[in-house]
Amino acid sequence: MLKDQDRIFKNLYNDLGSDVTSSQKRGDWVNTKELTDKGRDWIINEIKDSQLRGRGGAGFPTGLKWSFAPKEIGSRPHYLVINGDESEPGTCKDRDILRFEPHKLIEGCLIASYAIQAHVCYIYIRGEYFLDGQKLQAAIDEAYEKKLIGKNAAGTGWDLDIYIHYGAGAYICGEETALLESLEGKKGQPRLKPPFPALIGLYGCPTIINNVETIAVVPTILRRGGKWFASLGREKNTGTKIFCISGNVNNPCNVEEEMNIPLKELIEVHAGGVIGGWDNLQAVIPGGSSMPLIPKEKCETLTMDFDSLVAEKSGLGTAGVVVINKDQDIIKCMARIARFYKHESCGQCTPCREGSGWMWRMLERMARGEASRDEVEMLGDVTKQIEGHTICAFGEGSSWPVQGLLRHFKDEIKKRNKFDPIVKENKNIPYLVDQHLMDKNA
Amino acid sequence: MSLKRPAKNQPENFKFNSSSLEEANNVISKYPKGKQQSAVMALLYIAQRQNDNWIPLAAMKYIAKFLNMPYIKVYEVATFYSMYNLSPVGKYFIQVCTTTPCMIRGANKLVEACKEKISPNESELSSDKSCSWMEVECLGACVNAPMMQINDHYYEDLDKEKTLEILDKILNGETPRPGSYRGRVNNEPENNRKTLLDVKNA
Repeated sequence: MLKDQDRIFKNLYNDLGSDVTSSQKRGDWVNTKELTDKGRDWIINEIKDSQLRGRGGAGFPTGLKWSFAPKEIGSRPHYLVINGDESEPGTCKDRDILRFEPHKLIEGCLIASYAIQAHVCYIYIRGEYFLDGQKLQAAIDEAYEKKLIGKNAAGTGWDLDIYIHYGAGAYICGEETALLESLEGKKGQPRLKPPFPALIGLYGCPTIINNVETIAVVPTILRRGGKWFASLGREKNTGTKIFCISGNVNNPCNVEEEMNIPLKELIEVHAGGVIGGWDNLQAVIPGGSSMPLIPKEKCETLTMDFDSLVAEKSGLGTAGVVVINKDQDIIKCMARIARFYKHESCGQCTPCREGSGWMWRMLERMARGEASRDEVEMLGDVTKQIEGHTICAFGEGSSWPVQGLLRHFKDEIKKRNKFDPIVKENKNIPYLVDQHLMDKNA
Repeated sequence: MSLKRPAKNQPENFKFNSSSLEEANNVISKYPKGKQQSAVMALLYIAQRQNDNWIPLAAMKYIAKFLNMPYIKVYEVATFYSMYNLSPVGKYFIQVCTTTPCMIRGANKLVEACKEKISPNESELSSDKSCSWMEVECLGACVNAPMMQINDHYYEDLDKEKTLEILDKILNGETPRPGSYRGRVNNEPENNRKTLLDVKNA
């Protein structure tokens, strides 16, 4: 288990208070000027040395992302945008940072803004977190009052304004370019990349977008050194991470732990074990709903970091661990996730808009045992036609969980859905997918 | 994508009152000059709060003029995002999360409670027109599942009995206490805390 002195979020459970004075007692804002005086290159190199990877799901190296910002401010201003549109089912870590550790986030905003030369920072918070956003706003007001942000922020000589922008209940706005569209007052439909936001982002200006947790750990990394952060976890998967353990466990909770922690330790030690005992475990979704599930056999030895989960054909994502025990109907669980994606698809790309609905309806039928035998293969085919054929990663996000189900629980589906195809070998079927399958068999 | 339709009975006019107007101008000042369109989401919220929790078409037209942008662009935004109510939802708007992490901890019991107390169908006003309920997607409090949101407040760690209690209070016009209904503090593991014990006991 991670030692308490190595935990970054000491106030994760709000034992100490989230106001500026108690935050300063925990070490926030203590020597911000010393850090920025060491220069932009030092900050970016230190973050590169720490091997910090983005905490929002994709795991992109943060130091590298910052180095993409133009070195000099040209005719267009630079922006820093913080992504707090936390909507991935199974994830609720950013909410705790917004309400209990707001000053870590604000100080991180100042340092990051300095490093990428932004004078304005927008924090995009999902609309449902209105009250948590109000708490952050109170912390921002405090920081303005104490001259920690604003003109000559915290004595660093850098001017910074921080504004909160509330979303309005669209999962897709967690995608960085959709978030920018939303910030500009439009529908949240993702943009094509390239151009990447680092060069053409908010209002067509260079913009760096980071997750709340990524930015909140930056001040501590700089204070304790990139080497300290890199010494936790393992190569390329360093540092600490807030894990959200939900679902069928005795004590669902948020906990900050070292990367590469065994999944079994997370569940047994921190979350009080699976309801009904470890043997009652059916599957685990390791990183928020868009990551493929992992069956029990693999959970015994699985360690939680980006690369080891990719090796299991899943991913760490946002580290929202959803534990599903044997009392649950696994097909129904995945059908509900498919319904989530059907509801949240922005409607821009046809494969995702239509396909997410198909997947949901097929899975619902499969859960009831009303699907025919060949539909199991057809479902896999639909996921393949969505994946990689959309503008943003939402297409992957909606098809991966279904692929995970098919990979590990195909026998379960086949056992329940036995009857013959309604239409056999009829080439005049008007639906594209059916014909496509017919051709393959012919 | 939201599947809501604008209400049939629409008021003829809409105008910001003085406090809304002040708030709106305050929001617009957050964005660079000429980029006032960014404020449209916040302004729709302000209109929704002023107009008993829903946005009439007249408000969208008003906001379009206010921000100097085409009406259709405001309409697009208002219909795209699910948190804008385009028809009356009552003074108390109850949103029950039923996505998988809540579902496997019994969110359907909460839905049953709403059906019994409020109305048999979702998005339908209760008999006294004071509230309505709706199933929504993940509200981001998964470790406190099952949970629901009433207006801005989160009610966490619920079961059917406690939901019925909360709904009774609402129907009596009271505002129940938000937060966990199993007495736990925030997101800590109940009775099983292994970390940061020094700070807890300090």
